[in-house]
Amino acid sequence: MLKRAKTWGPGVLLLAPTIILVGVFVYWLIIENFRVSLTNQHTAKPSNKYVGFENYTNLLADPNFQHSLWNLLILTIVFLGGTLIFGFLWAWILEQPAKGEGFFRSVYLFPMSVSFIASGVVWRWLLSSLQTSQPGGERTTGLNRLLDSVGLGALQNDWWSNPTWGIAAIAVPAIWQLSGYVMALFLAGFRGIPDELREAARIDGCTEWKLYRHVIFPQLSPVMLSAVIIIGHMSLKLFDLIRAIVPDANTYDVQVPATMMWVKYIGSDYADAAAIGTILLVLVALVVIPYLWYTSRAEKR
Amino acid sequence: MKSDSKRTTKRRINRTLKYALLIFFVIIVLLPAYVLFITSFKGTADADPSRAWYLPQVWETGGWVKAWTTLAPSLGRTVLLVVPSAIVSAFLGSINGYVLSKWKFPGANIVFTLILFGMFIPYQAVMIPLTQLVSNLGVPQGVPSLMLLHIVYGLPICTLIFRNYYATVPDELIEAARMDGAGILRTYGSVILPVSMPGFVVVLIWQFTSAWNDYLFAAFFSSGRNGPVTIALSFLAGGQLTDYAASMAGALIASVPTLIVYILLGKYFVGGLMSGSVKG
Repeated sequence: MLKRAKTWGPGVLLLAPTIILVGVFVYWLIIENFRVSLTNQHTAKPSNKYVGFENYTNLLADPNFQHSLWNLLILTIVFLGGTLIFGFLWAWILEQPAKGEGFFRSVYLFPMSVSFIASGVVWRWLLSSLQTSQPGGERTTGLNRLLDSVGLGALQNDWWSNPTWGIAAIAVPAIWQLSGYVMALFLAGFRGIPDELREAARIDGCTEWKLYRHVIFPQLSPVMLSAVIIIGHMSLKLFDLIRAIVPDANTYDVQVPATMMWVKYIGSDYADAAAIGTILLVLVALVVIPYLWYTSRAEKR
Repeated sequence: MKSDSKRTTKRRINRTLKYALLIFFVIIVLLPAYVLFITSFKGTADADPSRAWYLPQVWETGGWVKAWTTLAPSLGRTVLLVVPSAIVSAFLGSINGYVLSKWKFPGANIVFTLILFGMFIPYQAVMIPLTQLVSNLGVPQGVPSLMLLHIVYGLPICTLIFRNYYATVPDELIEAARMDGAGILRTYGSVILPVSMPGFVVVLIWQFTSAWNDYLFAAFFSSGRNGPVTIALSFLAGGQLTDYAASMAGALIASVPTLIVYILLGKYFVGGLMSGSVKG
């Protein structure tokens, strides 16, 4: 480590552009956004009249916004649960070197390289809510058509057009897209466990289950934490996938804060849009700040 | 002996089960790609939804032609936007990573964590004043403003990736250069930059892919006329009456660049993904 004081100056100078840019574009704008959220600027006309937390209390009392928070909760639970289950399962199967491992890994990971907008095009078609038994059912496409033709017609459903659980259908493409990423994280975790550790446990007479319970799972928990943080904060921000699957941004069934913020922005309701932004920031900060604190502590050790 | 053969049988069953499972998941994962591909080649003759899952009766390229003519201008814009912004943010990230790992000043770790937080913020939380700021700065909508935003908001992850990468470069090398009287920039140029290639590959791929796939900033800072490919695609695929062949061909066209990157440079692509998980 280079520690002489006169060496600090040039480093700070080189970092200055980034410090200024991040200072302005992240921190100053967060404050500015908060300020706008306290005004009554509900039209395109600028207004600096402060109304305190009125926008927040109105939003939280608005059934539409409450529903968007409910949707966000369901989306996050299903999205997180799904990616963790598939990600872990795939990593677990591929953990022992196997023939064709590279191929399977590549296939599972490939959806990640595609944009939500592009994948939304096909998922919109796959998750078409029309069912074969309904009027106009001959126009059914997607998974409902597939289920019908393989004799599982009873499993057909509304997918995203259900006001309570429809949002879970939006998690399906999200899981499709990001399970491979979680798999890659878990694979790195598995590979980081020294073989000697397993051997030692086996020699000590550990059953396979005990081996996992006491040796492997604890070693994987930092990876798991990373996955939860990354998928969780992606879920809170998820916007493009919903926009791509559901043409009308104002659709109540799949409304989340991020899409509602867009609708408010389009309607020039800047104060409400800013308030929703701040609420999202608080939600993200609640998980991310402890995590950043934890990792920077762990690094020092 | 008997138990041995029993064990082999068990192992064989396990292995068969394992591959069956792996192949089953491959089919599931590739199913959407299959739909995209076959539907993009369908003409009106195959428009009947009862044939939705079957191969086209006649392979037609009308959808591809329509998608290409609609997307072509936006593809050019996207390249123009994504390549320079990836290069600039990678370069700044490299300098930052270098300072934050090799020329630490008091409080460097706090500064680093503060920069890193910018990676996690929901951009919705800055979007309203950001639109104001960008228009006050006089940056035109479309390519110029999106370029600026991808550079600025790419800084945290680029810094993170390079900081982790340079942590693997021995401090002794820096010390030696300093002993020879090299300053911070000379050391960067003569010691750090020459070994930075792998870091740059990872960062460039990451920035290229995320800027190419971006829709949020594109939606707020461009319109169809000057928008990147994600915007053009959402127009092509949006609306109630969708031309499925054209929109699916469009989705494939819009995905080709990132897919090529993934197929050719998969190792580095994964490297970028892993760096996104902070501990790397």
